[in-house]
Amino acid sequence: MMIKTEKLTKKYGDFTAVNHVDLQVQAGEFLGLLGPNGAGKTTLIRMLVGLAKASAGKIYINGQIMGRNKGDLKGMIGIVPQHINLDKELTVRENLLFCAKLFKLPKEQREKRAEELLEFVGLKNVEKRESQKLSGGMQRKLMIAKALINDPHILYLDEPTVGIDLTARRKIWDILKTMKNKGKTIMLTTHYIEEAEYLCDKVALMDEGKIFYCDTPDNLKIKLGKFTLEYFNDNNETEYRYFKSLEQAKQEAGLLENEYTLRKTSLEDVFYNFTNRKVN
Amino acid sequence: MEIMTILWREFIFFKRRFLRITLSAVVSPLLYLIAFGWGLGSQINYEGHSYMYFIIPGIIALTTMNTSFSATSIRINISKLHEKSFEYYLTSPVNMYMLTLGFVINGALRGLYAASLILIVAYLFGVKLKITLAFIIICILNSLLFAAFGYFASMVIDSHYEMNRFTTFVMLPMTFLCGTFFSLDKTPILVKNLIYLLPLTHASQGLRAVALEGNVQITSFIVLILYTVIFYFCGVAASFREM
Repeated sequence: MMIKTEKLTKKYGDFTAVNHVDLQVQAGEFLGLLGPNGAGKTTLIRMLVGLAKASAGKIYINGQIMGRNKGDLKGMIGIVPQHINLDKELTVRENLLFCAKLFKLPKEQREKRAEELLEFVGLKNVEKRESQKLSGGMQRKLMIAKALINDPHILYLDEPTVGIDLTARRKIWDILKTMKNKGKTIMLTTHYIEEAEYLCDKVALMDEGKIFYCDTPDNLKIKLGKFTLEYFNDNNETEYRYFKSLEQAKQEAGLLENEYTLRKTSLEDVFYNFTNRKVN
Repeated sequence: MEIMTILWREFIFFKRRFLRITLSAVVSPLLYLIAFGWGLGSQINYEGHSYMYFIIPGIIALTTMNTSFSATSIRINISKLHEKSFEYYLTSPVNMYMLTLGFVINGALRGLYAASLILIVAYLFGVKLKITLAFIIICILNSLLFAAFGYFASMVIDSHYEMNRFTTFVMLPMTFLCGTFFSLDKTPILVKNLIYLLPLTHASQGLRAVALEGNVQITSFIVLILYTVIFYFCGVAASFREM
């Protein structure tokens, strides 16, 4: 097991941000943590990377317990936080070289690794530009490159595509797919349903500090019902009903007098059904 | 490794902003020299020396204090609160003692750079001080001390506004009370004792004693070293608290 948590809890006074989370992520798995704003996703990630101290519970990385200052375990981890955290005074290349130095890469490897990553994320043509002068999408790519500087086994991404346009988002998805194919264990928080569906092997649904379901996107949908009937009730409110088979759904739809939509169940339906609120 | 990494990064910053850094390091001391040295003090003899000779060691102490403090505190402040890039240090396998030392040494180097600029300016004003090893060591200690203090201050604050508390209630009183511009001989004994608790007093008096009398005040060295060590470890402790 690459990442494992046991009853991981984080409290801020009376408020419980993360509540007894038990999580298991296999090596090479891509796990999506899906939940609305304030669900506790970022706090969970911050504990996993050692930026926040757990109030209770344990974290294991590759079988070893994660302390707050375990240098060797930090060397295995890459993190892309939600906010832009680039050194704005440095150029793109200097940002990478600086990170390589912080991760104590030998001198001969630093330039090579920076070069590889510039090519990989497609920032070679702007390598001499100060990072503060990059577009939002480019800054996000540079953050991913920074997170990969130490060739980590585990990559944590906290809403890596928030606030960027669709084209840049798709490019970042491609980068993440490649990383998955290289065998990296990836944990991604998002509130974009399509992002979780497109990228993740498994999705953990999180709300109010708790993970209440963790399975493959298909299994989550099957558990709820593969088909969704969406219609207006007599009070003009939208109602959803879920069915195992299309025939059942069609049969039920035929009985409705009001307008309806019959469609495949999405992750958003799953989430809505369990939390009774929309993710976005 | 961490020390060299920080110094590498800060040298890039220094090269890019060389002119701005140099000019801003010179402006305040130059104004002090013109106002208090040429203007107010040109006719005054103070403790057997012209006021210009009296004031320059004080201005060097003051400038190394301000420059080292600002260089470190502003850097950490921006990195921690504005850029959020400080978090990256905390997620990388750095040794916090070495990282803190890197920032402190960088701040101290900036303070020493400012001090050397003042000596050049003073020389242009016709003031030639005796620059001995003891003088240089006091400058280094004072720079390290206030760089460490700047690091500690920026680690314990949670907003840009809070930094004002340190400048208003710590740095500003020291600027005017620590014997930089006047001798402490005539201050009431209680006040004098309180002022002697402040590190800048020992830096300005130590520098003055070395530059004007050729005396080395061991107490000043000890006080400066003690404060440096205390602020450094407070800074390290505050860094661990960030994690």
